[in-house]
Amino acid sequence: MATALASDLTTLTLGAPLALDSGKQLANVELAYETYGELNADKSNAILIFHALTGDQFVAKTHPLTGKPGWWDRMVGPGKPIDTARYHVICANVIGSCLGSTGPASAAQDGEPYGMRFPVITIRDMVRAQVGLLDALGIERLHAVVGGSMGGMQALSFAANFPGRTERVLAIATTARHSAQNIAFHEVGRQAIMADPDWEGGDYYARGKGPEKGLAVARMAAHITYLSEQGLTDKFGRQLQDRDAKSFGFDADFQVESYLRYQGLAFTDRFDANSYLYITRAMDYFDLAEEHGGLLADAFREASDTRFCVVSFDTDWLYPTSESRNVVHALNAVAAPVSFVELSAPFGHDSFLLECPALDRVVKGFLG
Amino acid sequence: MSLRPDLAKIAELVPEGVRVLDVGCGEGELMDVLRRERGVDARGMEIDPELVEKSVSRGLSVVQGDADRDLADYPDAAFDVAILSQTLQTASRPDYMLDQLLRIGRTAFVSFPNFAYWKMRLSLLMNGRMPVTRHLPVSWYETKNIHHLTVDDFRQLIADKGVTVEGCWFFADGKEIGGSNANWRAEHAVFRLSR
Repeated sequence: MATALASDLTTLTLGAPLALDSGKQLANVELAYETYGELNADKSNAILIFHALTGDQFVAKTHPLTGKPGWWDRMVGPGKPIDTARYHVICANVIGSCLGSTGPASAAQDGEPYGMRFPVITIRDMVRAQVGLLDALGIERLHAVVGGSMGGMQALSFAANFPGRTERVLAIATTARHSAQNIAFHEVGRQAIMADPDWEGGDYYARGKGPEKGLAVARMAAHITYLSEQGLTDKFGRQLQDRDAKSFGFDADFQVESYLRYQGLAFTDRFDANSYLYITRAMDYFDLAEEHGGLLADAFREASDTRFCVVSFDTDWLYPTSESRNVVHALNAVAAPVSFVELSAPFGHDSFLLECPALDRVVKGFLG
Repeated sequence: MSLRPDLAKIAELVPEGVRVLDVGCGEGELMDVLRRERGVDARGMEIDPELVEKSVSRGLSVVQGDADRDLADYPDAAFDVAILSQTLQTASRPDYMLDQLLRIGRTAFVSFPNFAYWKMRLSLLMNGRMPVTRHLPVSWYETKNIHHLTVDDFRQLIADKGVTVEGCWFFADGKEIGGSNANWRAEHAVFRLSR
C-alpha cells in the first residue's frame, strides 16, 4: 500500500469538529482538495465535483501515485464540457478515503492510525465535510454540483440537505438509495477484505502491508458490476491469455481473468482496504428518502428552484435507469426544473467515465 | 428558424411569464421561443432520447418520458399551461392523456392533424389506400399515429368530457384559415381548453 507524499497534496483542516449521522463527532477533519480554473471576483463560477467510491480529487491532474491522467480528464479542462476556462472547479477527497482526507489510515488523537476505530460515516457526512470546505473557501453559492455514481449520491444529498447553496445539480449514473443487490455486492467485497489474514482487524498499518489479496478480490468483484455483459464480451469474449489452449489448471487462462487480476492488483497500489470498507458502508446506508421521512419528494421540497439534470445509461445495471426515474419522479412531484435523459452507451456503469459524446453535449448544455 | 404554424400560434397565445409544460417537445423549438420571447418558465417531455439530448444541450429542462405513463408523476395544476402538440394521435389512450393534461395544466393547448381534411378524404376515396401526406408522411405500418382523429371527433370527445373550449384555430397549406367547415378544410387544428 503506497501513500501519497504530503507535497503532492493541498489540504485544509476544518475549524470545528464534524457532527456525524452516527451521533459521533470527528475532530480535526482534514480535507485534501484540488482546484482547476480561476474563481471569479464575485465567487459565482464555482463547480464542486464529487468523486466516486475509489476516486479522488485528481479529476484533471496527473495522479500522484499512479502517474495516470485525472479520472475525468476527458470531461474537465479548458474548452472541455466542464470548461475550466470559465469555471472554477473544486474536487475534494471524501472523508473516509485515503488520498489526504481524514480516514481510517489517519492518526487518531493518540497518534496511532484510527483503523476500525474510525467512526462509520454516511454520504451526508461526506457532503457536510465538503460544505465545511466551501465555507472555508468563502463560496456561498455554487454554479453547480456534479457527480457520477457515488458522486451523484453526494450531489443529490447536497441538493436535499443544503438547498440554496447551488444553482444546478448534475447527477449521473446514480441512485437515491442502495438496493439489496448493491448492498450484496459490497458485502462480498468487504468479506473478501476481512477474510484476508493480513487484515488483522484493520490494524495493519504498522506492518506496511495490508490485506492486498482481499482488497484485490473486492475490486475484481466490483469491477464486474461497472461493466456491461456486452462490453465484456466485445472486449474479451472467451479469448485465451497468451496461450493456444486451455491449461487444465487454475492460471488465468482467459483474457477476462487476467484483466480482472490486473485490475485487482493495480488497485491495491493506490487504495486503502479500510477506506474501502468505510466508503462502501456509507454507500449502503444511503437512502435519501429515509433521511427525509420516507418520501423522496420531501427530500427535494426545499430545492424546487434548483435546476436538476439526471443522466442514466442504458447498459448500466448497477444503478439502472429505473433508479434515475425514481429521482425524476420525486423532482417532478415538487415541480423542480429537471432534465432527464437515458443515454445509449456500451460500457455499463463506467460509461460516465468513458467516451460518450452525447454525455459531453448534455453536460456542456446543462452547465450553460 | 421559424416555427411550424400550429406552434407559432400557440407561442403567440401563451401569456408572458407563465409556467409551461410542453408534452412531446421534440428538440424544444417551441420552448426555446417561449423562453426567449415571452419569459416563460418552460419544461418539456419527450420520448426520443436523441431529441431530449438536443433540448438539454440547448439549456432547456426536458425529461425523457412516455406521456402515456409519465404525466401521472406531475402534481395537480403544476403548470399554468400544458401543451400537447401533434402527440394526441400517438397516445395509447388519447382520452386519458387529455385528462392528465387538464389535471396538470390550468389551460391546455392541443394540436393535431385532421384526418378528415378534404385532400385526405379524396386520397382515400380515389386510391383506397391510407394517405401519406406532408403532415402524415409515414406509411400506415410504421407511423406512430395510432389513433387518427378528425376535428369533429375531437369536438365530440371534449363535449363528452365537459371540457371548455376557450378557442380553436385551423391551418391548411401552412396558413391559418377560418373556422367554417373546419372538419373539411383544416389540415390541422389547435384547441385551447380548460376545465
